[in-house]
Amino acid sequence: MIGIAWKSLLNRWPTALLAVLAIAMSVTLILTVEKVRRDARSSFTQTVSGTDLIIGARSGSVQLLLYSVFRIGNATNNISWESVEDIKKRKAIDWVVPLSLGDSHAGFRVLGTSLDYFKHYTYSNRTALQLSEGVLFDDVFDAVLGSEVAAELGYGINDSIVVAHGTGKVALVEHDRQPFRVSGILKPTGTPVDRAIHISLEGIEAMHVDWQNGANKKGAGTDADTVRNMDLSPSAVTALLVGLKSRATVFREQRAINTYRAEPLLAILPGVALQELWSLVSVAEMALMIVSVCVVVAGLINLLSVLLAGLNERRREMAVLRSAGARPGHVFLLLCIESAVLTIFGIIAGLVLHYLFIGVGALFLQQRFGLAISLSLPSATDLKILITIAIAGLLAGSLPALQAYRNSLADGLSQRL
Amino acid sequence: MDETTHPTVTMEDVSFTWPAGERPVLDIAQFSIAQGERVFLRGPSGSGKTTLLSLIGAVLSPQSGKIVIDGVSLGTLRRGQRDQFRADRIGLVFQQFNLLPFLSVSDNIQLPCRFSKQRKQRACQSGLSLNEETDRLLQAMHLSPSEVRNQIANKLSVGQQQRVAVARALIGHPPLIIADEPTSALDSDTQQAFLDLLFREIESAGATLLFVSHDIALADKFDRIVDLRELNAAAINELSTGTHT
Repeated sequence: MIGIAWKSLLNRWPTALLAVLAIAMSVTLILTVEKVRRDARSSFTQTVSGTDLIIGARSGSVQLLLYSVFRIGNATNNISWESVEDIKKRKAIDWVVPLSLGDSHAGFRVLGTSLDYFKHYTYSNRTALQLSEGVLFDDVFDAVLGSEVAAELGYGINDSIVVAHGTGKVALVEHDRQPFRVSGILKPTGTPVDRAIHISLEGIEAMHVDWQNGANKKGAGTDADTVRNMDLSPSAVTALLVGLKSRATVFREQRAINTYRAEPLLAILPGVALQELWSLVSVAEMALMIVSVCVVVAGLINLLSVLLAGLNERRREMAVLRSAGARPGHVFLLLCIESAVLTIFGIIAGLVLHYLFIGVGALFLQQRFGLAISLSLPSATDLKILITIAIAGLLAGSLPALQAYRNSLADGLSQRL
Repeated sequence: MDETTHPTVTMEDVSFTWPAGERPVLDIAQFSIAQGERVFLRGPSGSGKTTLLSLIGAVLSPQSGKIVIDGVSLGTLRRGQRDQFRADRIGLVFQQFNLLPFLSVSDNIQLPCRFSKQRKQRACQSGLSLNEETDRLLQAMHLSPSEVRNQIANKLSVGQQQRVAVARALIGHPPLIIADEPTSALDSDTQQAFLDLLFREIESAGATLLFVSHDIALADKFDRIVDLRELNAAAINELSTGTHT
């Protein structure tokens, strides 16, 4: 029977191919949506680990999380350096990493920070950042590049780069009087770190020495050595990553910072803020999922219509089978096998397409958003989805099969021409 | 097989009315075909030909009367059994479109053996494999097995297709062959050759042949000619009004 079904399908390959394609596309879509959703989550979750609190100017917790760690959006305000010193003095606090954002180079964010960043910032399972070549910044005008910055812009050690004010891709004003030198390049991490240019807080101050009210001062500007000798202690930073000596004190510290009198500040727990983010995103996820499910249903309806439309043309074929001794049950089985074959091929083709998509799309997502999407075997959820589609395909196929069964009972052996 | 005394087909007081019909379309008091007999059934459209074949082929059941085929009373069989009975014991050849166009010639011929174990067993009775038996039948139908065997069925000419259809009806030695206007798609030269082949093979297989046609010119080689209009008491009334299938 399988042989007959197979040859019959080959005989009608254009419609069969279309049915397979429709199912394949729907499988691809639903698997890809599910995959991106899952990997985006894990990518986000992996970006920050080992940090107990994130502190910034008072705004929303999701916003703070997004701009401080994921470099999405901008800060509304800064934290004054006095407050930073105050926070550092608190007993429960183990370490503080300042983050200063707001400048860019060729579309990549520039992050002003201290050397503590490389010591305390960890991602994934508490993995620390590692250099692939060169050294951490030592001089005011040193920069450490994320792996992608170096790869995409083709920079090597000792190349000089000019930083622009603002974070747009097209720099309107460049801090071209104080070029920076690449001192080190980090290993890839699969986090936004790969897309950042790290310089010291002093470096951030230094490139703004000749900067007043958003424009370069007139004249030749100050040369690098003079700048080095100036007082470059920062006056403000964008956010702080904080590690505590004991996690048990996290809520007390959070409250203390949130009620800090000298300046309106906000402290968040990264995990809690992530949860908030997910509950926001889940609406969009749900919408995407519903659309994907609809596409799957459309694919199955197409399968159904292909099989049903074929039935009338194939009445003669059924009559031949019947006259050769096939029972109506055989005809039913034949149609079921056909829909099973179409569904299974659709699923296989969908899987292949899905992996192609992920293979190509992962590159884009990584470059564009620093999202790490990995090629992996289908997850348990994926398998459940595939099995559901397979069963739905079989059920859809049983309708035309039933129709063929009825036809062949009614037609008997007569050949309606 | 069966004792020679038993006729292959017996019909007694058979009457059939379509579910929506008021009068019976078929009413046969007595009709039988002896084993090995070759009967030419003359049946213009409207004479109840399709209904008669459906009754003998166990597709339809009469409201009254008794039909015995090859010693089995069809009334005692349930629907599934009737399907199997037909697959096991009756070979069918139609006017045209007998073959699945996408299967090879040998696949088409062996089709009944997929649905009937009996046919398969009997096909291999003489010690030949199924493929050898297929080749033998092709040869008997004057088709070259090596050329035709693996051809896709719809690549053959109509005459060749009809001969393949006969080979399929004959495979596994069903005791009854029903041929419904098998020659009407052929030209008159090939009609005669086709009949000769059909007769020879049916004779060597010891099968019974019920051959239906409206073309009386073909009838002279048959053992017996039956006019359905005479046989069917219900059809006489309709003769004047003409066509009804």
